[in-house]
Amino acid sequence: MVALETTDTAGMTIDVQVVSHGFELHGAPLPVLDGVDLRVEPGELVALLGPSGCGKSTLLRLIAGLEPPSRGSIFADGRPIGGPDPSRVVVFQDPTLYPWRTVRENVTLGLEARGLLRSHGHRVEQALDLVGLSGFARAYPHQLSGGMAQRAALARALVNDPRLLVLDEPLGKLDSLTRLAMQSELVELWRSKGFTGLLVTHDIEEALFMATRVIVFSERPARITADLTIDRPYPRHRGDPVLTELRHRILELLGLAETW
Amino acid sequence: MSVNDTAAGLPAVNGEARPSGRSAPRGWPKEWSRLGTASLLWFIAAAVTALWADADEWERTGEFASLLAVAGGVLAFAAPLAGRARQTAGGRLKGAAGRLSAAVPWLIVLAIGLIGWEILTAKLNLLPRPFFAPPQALLEVYLDDWPRLLDCLAASLTLLVTGYAIGAVLGVVTGVAIGWSRAVGYWVHPVLRLIGPLPATAWLPIAFFAFPSSWSASVFLIALATGVPVTILTWSGVAGVNSAFYDIARTLGASPRFLVLKVAVPAAMPHVFVGLFMGLGASFAVLVVAEMLGVKSGIGWYLQWAQGWAAYGNMYAALLVMALVCSGLVTLLFRVRDRLLAWQRGMLKW
Repeated sequence: MVALETTDTAGMTIDVQVVSHGFELHGAPLPVLDGVDLRVEPGELVALLGPSGCGKSTLLRLIAGLEPPSRGSIFADGRPIGGPDPSRVVVFQDPTLYPWRTVRENVTLGLEARGLLRSHGHRVEQALDLVGLSGFARAYPHQLSGGMAQRAALARALVNDPRLLVLDEPLGKLDSLTRLAMQSELVELWRSKGFTGLLVTHDIEEALFMATRVIVFSERPARITADLTIDRPYPRHRGDPVLTELRHRILELLGLAETW
Repeated sequence: MSVNDTAAGLPAVNGEARPSGRSAPRGWPKEWSRLGTASLLWFIAAAVTALWADADEWERTGEFASLLAVAGGVLAFAAPLAGRARQTAGGRLKGAAGRLSAAVPWLIVLAIGLIGWEILTAKLNLLPRPFFAPPQALLEVYLDDWPRLLDCLAASLTLLVTGYAIGAVLGVVTGVAIGWSRAVGYWVHPVLRLIGPLPATAWLPIAFFAFPSSWSASVFLIALATGVPVTILTWSGVAGVNSAFYDIARTLGASPRFLVLKVAVPAAMPHVFVGLFMGLGASFAVLVVAEMLGVKSGIGWYLQWAQGWAAYGNMYAALLVMALVCSGLVTLLFRVRDRLLAWQRGMLKW
């Protein structure tokens, strides 16, 4: 893999302070987050794990600045988050590449939006190299496989040199083999780049294989029920007995221990 | 999945030959004979026209027969050439040969149709005159009245293009504005709902009265007829844009201007083209009506004028020109779309 030139490798600190959030559904309030308190240190890769639809993705949207929280506040490097910012980039479950743009044009999106294409255009090739899509720069999204599309989405995020990479179940729709391969790729990327990572997943093994910390959420409205530090060296091994033991514990926390 | 595979699966730009299943070396003598049949039929049409005396006197019968003979001759020459081209030549020539051989059934039916038309009208006078003109009457119009026809064509095209361009531009701008801004939507949507379904031609009496000239009134009507579908489709396109596309752009630092011009508009383009296509059809209708009722030139006026003189040959000739022009314009629109929307798959073919 080629190293992507970075200007500021330090990761971002994220401080979520007693955040509650809710929506309105058919006129009735629908609480989604309930007093979430979470501090993420620079360079951590934190997995947010919880049942489907519990509100993890909502928390990511708040951290990305796409919506303001109903109550509580969120700080990025000590400053309150007021809106989206290219230092905090999201990769969604769907690659959501723009179908009318080629892979390269998709990757340039962030630089183009900020008027940096001329000065930082060379980063596009580096980002494409980094995710192994150099040969597909001129392809359109509908010509890509699921894994390639998600790699392109990753390149589109990385080209902006984010200090926080927010991953919202980025591997959720991939086949299991591609998924395993990309878990390792993501870990390597994170280790080489030093950004702070937030990974929403409902795959316990994925969380344990990748993250330095696993935050377990309850059913909706989401509350933090456990905060586990995964103190195992990288590259990790899926058969690691410590990880297996942790997996058992998380299943217990999620109320699924009888399946062990 | 390989890129090359799927790229090959992209719909071809229209007009490109579809590969025929048969292999060239074994197929070509058969093709030769089919092209020969077509050629023979065109010669027969020429012979019928030239040798069988007209029931009534028709000018240009000789010229028409010559034209048919030339068509037959061209086909006769093309037969061996096409066979060889498909065997040996590559690229453009081969494509042309393929297209020609694909057109053979049409060439045969066309020749038979012309023979029938010629016999029923010029030779036996079986169809009531002057409503049914023989084919040579159309040729006569093209040979004798072409300056006037050309004038009318130019006038029609100027009017159409002016009105269509204004309507299309205003339609796209309005559609994006409604789709983007709640305030604009609040005020424009009810107006659009009330006026949109009204045929543009219903405005004709007011337009001719309110505008300084019938030409400017016609531009207004054509622009209106074009603008309404373009507005509605652009709006629906912008409203239907995946909201995740905006989220992505916003997290990457996009300004509202970027969101409109680089996200909303390109994402809505497939819808916009449907609107442009519908608008084009509507604009043809308004053009003809406006020219028949107000403007003193153009193909619509020519049709009306020809009918007034019971010159049905002129009318058919003008109709044919008009059909070709309208079809050509739609083809042009689809070509532009194919180029701009090459990223889409499974596009409607024209």
